[in-house]
Amino acid sequence: MDVCFLNRLIIRRMKEVKKHNRRDFINQGMRITIGVSLAGLAAAAASRTTSSKWVWQIDPFKCTQCGRCATDCVKNPSAVKCVHAYDLCGYCDLCGGYFKAGVSELETGAENQLCPTAAIERKYIEEPYFEYIINEELCIGCAKCVKGCTAFGNGSLHLQIRHDLCANCNECSIARVCPSDAIVRVPADEPYLIKGDFTS
Amino acid sequence: MRTILTPILLFICVFIVFDVSGQEQRFPKPEFETGYEQPSPTTPEPRGLAMEWVDVIVLLSVLSLASWLAVKRRSRRGILWLSLFTLGYFGFYRLGCICPIGAIQNVSLALFDPVYKISATVLIFFLLPLIFTLFFGRTFCAGACPLGAIQDLLVINPVSVPLRVRKTLGFIPYIYLGFAVLFAATGTEFLICRYDPFVGIFRMDAPYLMIVIGIAFLLLAMVFARPYCRVFCPYGVLLSWISRFSKWHLRITPADCIKCRLCENSCPFDAIEKPVDEKLRTIPTVKQNLRLFSIYALLIPVWVILGGFAISKSNIFLSRAHPDVYLAELLITHPEIKDDAENIDVQTFLESGKSMEQLVNEASVIRKKFRTGGWFLGGFLGLVIGIMIMNQFIIRKKTEYEPHKGDCFSCGRCMEYCPVEKKPPLNTLDKSL
Repeated sequence: MDVCFLNRLIIRRMKEVKKHNRRDFINQGMRITIGVSLAGLAAAAASRTTSSKWVWQIDPFKCTQCGRCATDCVKNPSAVKCVHAYDLCGYCDLCGGYFKAGVSELETGAENQLCPTAAIERKYIEEPYFEYIINEELCIGCAKCVKGCTAFGNGSLHLQIRHDLCANCNECSIARVCPSDAIVRVPADEPYLIKGDFTS
Repeated sequence: MRTILTPILLFICVFIVFDVSGQEQRFPKPEFETGYEQPSPTTPEPRGLAMEWVDVIVLLSVLSLASWLAVKRRSRRGILWLSLFTLGYFGFYRLGCICPIGAIQNVSLALFDPVYKISATVLIFFLLPLIFTLFFGRTFCAGACPLGAIQDLLVINPVSVPLRVRKTLGFIPYIYLGFAVLFAATGTEFLICRYDPFVGIFRMDAPYLMIVIGIAFLLLAMVFARPYCRVFCPYGVLLSWISRFSKWHLRITPADCIKCRLCENSCPFDAIEKPVDEKLRTIPTVKQNLRLFSIYALLIPVWVILGGFAISKSNIFLSRAHPDVYLAELLITHPEIKDDAENIDVQTFLESGKSMEQLVNEASVIRKKFRTGGWFLGGFLGLVIGIMIMNQFIIRKKTEYEPHKGDCFSCGRCMEYCPVEKKPPLNTLDKSL
């Protein structure tokens, strides 16, 4: 075998190996750099970490009943429903959340009801008290009753995000348009802000 | 002292709150005589609360399996089944939220907003795919991303796109990433989630526009494979750059490439690089290219400054995306809007008792953030443009058909086309001797 040819072959191979090594060296250096910066990022973010998960909820004291909860939720119908904090209810016959303002007779006909979907059930208890129950199947979260109850009554009717329905989007699409910033992140182990049950 | 004070303060707080709610009660609660039992409002638990750690474990397993299938086992069929599982689990079952792509925004918000705290699982979701990519390439895209999976399954008749068009379109993800981080860091909004094209399909329920965009993307995916991944995905920017330096990566051939060209058209994403013609690497061309390369490398600072200046200067326009800035500007330029009873935002502001001065102050703080952030965003985009132009003049020596480590999604389609049999590894130096 030609020794000269063999020599040339070895030199070429060695050059290739050397070149190969340089590329490997750069790659390894970059790998370490990226690894260190990822670790740095993780450390910076870790100091701002919490073990609890967040869910979205409406602060009923900030809510201005604008009606966007019914229209801006990614769910249709909205995951926002009216809830009734019975503790605060006056059990009135003339309920500001149930009847339209200025009804002549306290009749339960649809023309007298504030709720567009007749989702509030009115039940006689004893003279002169009535109980009001929200049918969540029908409620669309439009806050018309909330507005009436807050304006004329005790404000026991208020909106809450129902977590069995909520998709828990990374950013709540209602929060984005809420004019009073009433939709806030709350820890998932206390997912409701029901009036009378929490202190703001 | 503090330990004594705290309960006292707490007591005062509780007392005040009760007092206020007592005053609010216009109609006191009646005392019932008929033994009426008052119901209490129901509080259904959030769905899948315990699932968040299960999700982390599933992600870890899927990533490990995907990496093994792509790099070691070399099984396209395995990756296909895995992506089907991912689509079912992370997509249709877990409804696509939280995903590593959207987690970019949570991480940015956590770093810049002193109030916001990021959930530990979200941080892990953000980091895990990046770490795996550092070692195995973009196996996340192949097997663990539901958005990638739904597009990948629809690759029917992919067309090849010229390199120049691809490079130009490839700039869009950088813009998207930059703006997503800026908007999240300033607390404006989560752009990536708002314009996520597939989350509506996973939920089978979404606003009209979301569904239209989603279906358009899926139709496009049939001819232009993985349109979201290649032209929009902001997380893909991070994955692509990390993958370029990955320790291991999927290879087309299990042994030595015989340049049979069978795999040449197998990649629907144009991610296979052909061997470089040695004529392109003759000494005069290389020298000329090196000169151009150095000139454009020196121009990079100019790009950075130009970009930073341009974006920072447009802070007035950009900051309008923030609702507070928008409202403040609206009230200043159109004071008559205060009489518009239909404008909910204006009316809510007027009723809130907040003064105009307060609103303007808040708005100018946000605008200042956009001005500072604009320098970083513009500088970043300028840097990307500079590097993209500079890199045109590098012609690397390539003797085999190889996947482009940045662009390759590790889907493994090309491996099926390679006729080379696997053989025991030999020391290349020994062999040639």
